[in-house]
Amino acid sequence: MSEKSRKFKGGVHPKESKTLTESKPIQDAPLLESYKVIMHQNIGAPPELVVKKGDQVKKGDLLAKASGFVSVPLHAPTSGTVKTIDKCAGPTGIHVPAIEITADGEDEWGDSMEPISNWVQAESTVIKQRIWEAGIVGMGGAGFPAHVKLSPPEGKIIDTLIINGAECEPYLTADHRLMLEHAEEVVLGTAILARSLGLKRAVIGVEGNKSDAIEALKAVSANTNVDVLGLPVNYPQGAERQLIYTVTGREVPIGKLPMDVHCVVQNVATTVAVADAVIKGRPSIERITTVTGKPIVNPGNWRFRLGTPISKALELVGGVSEQPAKLLLGGPMMGMAQSSLDVTVMKSTSGILLIANDEVSLYTSEPCIRCGRCVECCPMNILPATISQAVENNRFDWAEDLNVLACIECGSCSYVCPSHRPLNQHFKRAKIEIQAQLRKKK
Amino acid sequence: MSETETTLPIQMPDPSKLVVSNSPHMRSGENISKIMFTGVVAMLPACVAAVLFFGLAALEVLLLCSISCVVIEEGWNKLVKRKSSWKDGSAIITGILLGMNLNAGVPWWVCILGGFLAIILGKQLYGGLGSNPFNPVLVARVGLLIGFPEIMTTWDKPALGSMKVDAITAATPLGLAPGESFFPDVLLGNVGGCLGETSAVALLIGGAILLAFKLIKWQVPVAFLGSVFVITGIAHLISPETVHSPFIHVCTGGLLLGAFFMATDMVTSPMTKKGALIFGLGCGVITSVIRLWGSYPEGVSFAILFMNALTPLIDRVTINNPFGYTAPLKGVVE
Amino acid sequence: MNTAFIAIISVGTLATFLGVIIGVVAKAFVVEVDERVEGVEDLLPGANCGGCGFAGCADFAKGVVAEMATPDQCPVCATEEISRIADYLGIVAEEKEKRMAVVRCSGDAANTVRSLYNGVRDCRSAVLVAGGAKGCDYGCLGFGSCADACPFGAIEIRDALAIVHPDLCVGCENCLAACPKDLIIMTPASADVHVYCNSPEKGAAKRKVCKTACIACRKCVKASGEEGHMLVDGFLVKTNYENPPQPELVEASACPTTALRQATVHAENGYEGVFK
Repeated sequence: MSEKSRKFKGGVHPKESKTLTESKPIQDAPLLESYKVIMHQNIGAPPELVVKKGDQVKKGDLLAKASGFVSVPLHAPTSGTVKTIDKCAGPTGIHVPAIEITADGEDEWGDSMEPISNWVQAESTVIKQRIWEAGIVGMGGAGFPAHVKLSPPEGKIIDTLIINGAECEPYLTADHRLMLEHAEEVVLGTAILARSLGLKRAVIGVEGNKSDAIEALKAVSANTNVDVLGLPVNYPQGAERQLIYTVTGREVPIGKLPMDVHCVVQNVATTVAVADAVIKGRPSIERITTVTGKPIVNPGNWRFRLGTPISKALELVGGVSEQPAKLLLGGPMMGMAQSSLDVTVMKSTSGILLIANDEVSLYTSEPCIRCGRCVECCPMNILPATISQAVENNRFDWAEDLNVLACIECGSCSYVCPSHRPLNQHFKRAKIEIQAQLRKKK
Repeated sequence: MSETETTLPIQMPDPSKLVVSNSPHMRSGENISKIMFTGVVAMLPACVAAVLFFGLAALEVLLLCSISCVVIEEGWNKLVKRKSSWKDGSAIITGILLGMNLNAGVPWWVCILGGFLAIILGKQLYGGLGSNPFNPVLVARVGLLIGFPEIMTTWDKPALGSMKVDAITAATPLGLAPGESFFPDVLLGNVGGCLGETSAVALLIGGAILLAFKLIKWQVPVAFLGSVFVITGIAHLISPETVHSPFIHVCTGGLLLGAFFMATDMVTSPMTKKGALIFGLGCGVITSVIRLWGSYPEGVSFAILFMNALTPLIDRVTINNPFGYTAPLKGVVE
Repeated sequence: MNTAFIAIISVGTLATFLGVIIGVVAKAFVVEVDERVEGVEDLLPGANCGGCGFAGCADFAKGVVAEMATPDQCPVCATEEISRIADYLGIVAEEKEKRMAVVRCSGDAANTVRSLYNGVRDCRSAVLVAGGAKGCDYGCLGFGSCADACPFGAIEIRDALAIVHPDLCVGCENCLAACPKDLIIMTPASADVHVYCNSPEKGAAKRKVCKTACIACRKCVKASGEEGHMLVDGFLVKTNYENPPQPELVEASACPTTALRQATVHAENGYEGVFK
């Protein structure tokens, strides 16, 4: 495996603003009175409910079980009573089913899973089964079930496991702090993932601006089969396809998956969850989230349980010093804007970010002046300006010809657009319309 | 925690005032007016040079063109009930460029007519900024050149620092017989011609500013100037008596102005790097052909306008292969 | 003189020659057109709305003449126009019931909770951002995708709510697919009373985000008595279009949230359609 990383084409350099929380150690959020756990936290099928109103649950008990292979179970974040199973505000703005648990204050673990102490000798299927049972999804933002990526179909050879510690989104430092403070778990989890894939080696890729994290990881991984690789600082370095190219030089063909170029990519937060699941037998019920932004009184990195409402998270950081313009789940480049404080922390919530009124810049959709900056910075090398015009004219066939389906929605084009055109929204729309048409054809 | 702190209520955001929009939620801070006004700054050296060589008459032309362009643009916006757009700076840049394309001795009405042609015929009739297929300034210039050939081809003799108001006419260097050594004059700008055709040094400084701020793609001027240099160079080697040296060709007759300020117009040139290279090459070849064999001494405007017309075509054939593109296997039918 | 003569002769010869060729070709390659197609096309409205399922009025005329379609499939034509086409072709026109689109939402800007939305002004794009930035997951977003799709200018966006004008709507169904919330349904034009709400949520949840939601209080069901004009479907009441109620029901039931409305009253404020 080469120790050299390459620079992918395009990309942008947004202001990092990571200094707000970079040096803030991870804090444990205190136990709340109640948690609202959103049912559907993974890509794929929603899990099936196994509890009912009034049930007593212990911490880590199953709340819902996987309803298929591309689905993961959901566990109780604390011990208590199931108060209601009702709709609550979801991250996409649509109300979604959620299980509300009233904490009994004991915070007592239930009959948790047996630790797999000798994972070095364990069968890969045993490890994969455990990862599935623990309800682990990709914790970088998408929420794709981790065990699915680890189970390539018959005939697909995997030769490289890449752990994504790029954290290229501005503001977010959750992964950074995690790698710094829990370097051992990260390396351990990586080794376990490599074992489950039957690989001898794995690479942790970390953006060069987190040199302390790279050193910490290198110190721990010195005598293991895990390599640590410094990556160029360029957004979107953490995008799967760009990361694979940077580490291995392979290009994932359009419409194909990383496994088609023999790679599996997992997030660093996922590795810690895997280590917890295998070594301690703990399911995925908490995650580290950066609560940050200029309006926040005391920004920091927190370990939240699933189902913690944003309003409670904001109380922990001392509230806001001014009315923010936007509330985001995730980072500023790909995060989702929220209009409610009732949305709760999910397995994929890497950040809670507030944008101040003087930082915000709204879309005005002035005419395209064809400056070509979007073309230059597009990491997928497509023509954002032309595609957006096609979408504005409802010419989705044309957009498809221009490879809009290759778009990874990183937002670099909208970031640089001097006309402030909502390019990314156009592409999202086009992809949905084209996929709907493809389904219709089938 | 002290007593006073704990009594302070925690302020929470008001959800009803939160804006929702699609990602990304950060912007680079670029906007159209910034781009346009940087362009104006890049043109200042050439403007100063023009005023130095042609006197106050040059200043008069530049101001008249800029003001008429802005006024006509705003008048049109009022007429068709569009929102005011002069602040985006595109009308000002059109005005200054138009002035650079006229000579100092033109009558006042030519400036206003030029502004009208550029803004209305060149831009607004197509739908305004971003929709015009042809460079508005060149539309105006060619319109004037065809309509009033005498006014447009009577060049002023420059007189450094004289600040004269009346102009003395002189021939454009490309109209002179080859062999005369006037290269230093050309470089500095001590030659006859349009306001923007004179000082090569000032234009190069402007071009450097544009390149430094990444307002233009380097492919366009490099391919444009390079191809003119090579073609005229070959012609000069074959027939030194009838053809100027390539250095003279590159530094005179609005070629630098065209290559740095006109051909690079974002709206009317291709978006991809490959396309920009083809565009520049095409401009260079056509310019050389017109200069060497055509009846006009100058061909930059026609070359750029012609390539403007080809821009959509170039854009279509130079679509980038996306990252991860795999060419369909030959002979394989899915 | 001589030059002029030669010019006239040569151009004249050329013209005659080409004329003959055009004449021959026109005769030899003539395409037989059923003249009735043109006749039917003249009787059709010419709006090319596509509501009949054909690619436009000319295509529909062809279809009608070829007996692949019946004249009553044209949603725009009134009964008398259809009978005129039928008379022209010598066939019997079937009775056609006029249909009308209804946007099942009454939550305009003043009556609903909305967040500030910034982005593409199009419902199908807006729905991708926070579900359209409206408190109610099911309500009309009011960016006018349906109004853009309507070839007859029958849909008006008033205070961020799409309102169908019954007198202008011809029932071409072009708007149905434009709505990302599937709010638009086709109803018999004779039914004037509709429930302008489509949220299946519980009444309390609906009231939190909308003042004019149907809270399924069933006053209208009671007022219509045993007739079964109104049907209850979960937390929502719907008009029974098999047996629609009379306009008097609106007054008699005194809907506390005004979700029960007459389409004509809902639309009225002197708006005249903008034909495109």
